[in-house]
Amino acid sequence: MGAITLKVNGKQVTVDAAPRTLLVELLREPLQLTGTHVGCDTSQCGSCTVLVDGRSIKACTMLAVEAAGTEVTTIEGLAQGGRLHPMQEAFQSCHGLQCGFCTPGMILSAVDCLKQNPTADERDVREWLEGNICRCTGYHNIVKAVLSCRDRMAQSKEG
Amino acid sequence: MRAYLPEYEAVSARTLVEALTLLAQGAGGLDGPAQPPGRRWQPIAGGTDLMVLFSAGKLPAGRYLDIWGIEELRGITVAPSHIDLGALSTFTQVRQHPLLACEFSSLTQAAIESGAIAIQNRGTLGGNIANASPAADSPPALLCYDAELELVSLRGARWVPYAEFHTGYKQMQRASDELIVRIRLPRLSAVERERQVHYYRKVGTRKAQAISKVCFAGSFVRDGERLSRVRIALGSVAPIPLRCPRTEAVLEGAVPTSAVIAAAQEVLGSEIAPIDDIRSTQDYRRTVAQNLLFDFLAQAALH
Ligand SMILES: Cc1cc2nc3c(=O)[nH]c(=O)nc-3n(C[C@H](O)[C@H](O)[C@H](O)COP(=O)(O)OP(=O)(O)OC[C@H]3O[C@@H](n4cnc5c(N)ncnc54)[C@H](O)[C@@H]3O)c2cc1C
Ligand code: FES
Ligand code: FES
Repeated sequence: MGAITLKVNGKQVTVDAAPRTLLVELLREPLQLTGTHVGCDTSQCGSCTVLVDGRSIKACTMLAVEAAGTEVTTIEGLAQGGRLHPMQEAFQSCHGLQCGFCTPGMILSAVDCLKQNPTADERDVREWLEGNICRCTGYHNIVKAVLSCRDRMAQSKEG
Repeated sequence: MRAYLPEYEAVSARTLVEALTLLAQGAGGLDGPAQPPGRRWQPIAGGTDLMVLFSAGKLPAGRYLDIWGIEELRGITVAPSHIDLGALSTFTQVRQHPLLACEFSSLTQAAIESGAIAIQNRGTLGGNIANASPAADSPPALLCYDAELELVSLRGARWVPYAEFHTGYKQMQRASDELIVRIRLPRLSAVERERQVHYYRKVGTRKAQAISKVCFAGSFVRDGERLSRVRIALGSVAPIPLRCPRTEAVLEGAVPTSAVIAAAQEVLGSEIAPIDDIRSTQDYRRTVAQNLLFDFLAQAALH
């Protein structure tokens, strides 16, 4: 066991964890942030996607010790002051989810997508989300949600 | 004395020297006899290959050395005669580099087509090479561009032509105490660059996140009607990422007429050694490789 200190959703935390602990296990178990899902054991599904120092990564490909000193954002950290993040609102209003299993990873990928490319078009969004697999929605409404969030964020910048 | 119980250990190195010092432990030499592999440190960079093994229960217990934080292994630097890529350059950094897109576009394409964004943010070029998978997607591009690798240990540094690096299935010219620190791509002259044609094509079951059935990278410099500096390299058609000098020799200095192309396809068919496996068959791979060679050479007519 060893102490790992990192920032999760803005709060500094120190957790004792065995060297073999994956970041996703650290988040879900000792930290009880179960919004980050595990949908596969081959690093393919993307449901464990979180932001590490602002960039999307799969939390199942990273050891917790490798995340020491970083800043991690999970789905629980997106809402601010009781208000959903615009991407969460967009998924809700565009019906971008059904069972919701892929949704936390999908939303964090989408947030990174618009951060890197605020004018992403449908093709960019579809390409960006290639690593996030959804077995319910057929992707159509997910893409719609990301594009509607993009438009809303552009408007609020102009306004 | 307590019996040795295999366990996972993981530490993060901050500097190159720190990492090399750990890697030297147990490698045999000054500080004692060589230790069994499980007692030696194995580097872990982005973890996108190792952690998949880990989750499948196939990663042996042992000592893992996280090298992600080592600044000396980062960065892409441009010199007049070459471009150096730190071993920790991620696919994201490679795909976003404007000069690579211009002069080494097959490598850019390989990065774009590897995994998906969250994998590209972690997966590194050094890891892609050192994982030594014959199906990896950047090696064919690196072979086309005459890449060289710098390997460093406490014993010193050395350069190895990438074409000589892989020596057999999962075998390579890297001692257990060595790290790949950078990958060097020699630049062509401005005149040659003008006339260079790049071709990169990955064939898999689906577009994203599928391991290649065949991956083909080719390049040549147009010399009037003739082809010069022909480079052809493939993935997933042999135990190692394969450069194809015999096929190149058929084309070097030649005008790519249909007879020449047919002759090159014939030679390529015998130069590669594909196998049947869960992803594809030997016959399919051979046919696709030969068709991709045709497609590549058709570019000669277009440019
Ligand atoms: C969902 C998914 C999709 C993928 N898609 C593709 C794809 O399309 N194409 C493709 O080619 N690959 C793909 N991969 C495989 C993987 O992402 C790449 O091979 C990647 O480049 C590995 O880099 P890494 O830094 O993550 O390696 P790690 O897992 O950290 O290490 C891999 C190996 O390299 C060694 N190593 C790492 N760095 C060094 C160094 N500097 N010196 C010496 N040894 C070193 C390690 O010890 C280990 O043996 C995919 C993986 C996943 C999970
Ligand atoms: S759990 Fe499927 S990608 Fe991480
Ligand atoms: S909403 Fe069910 S998996 Fe995407």
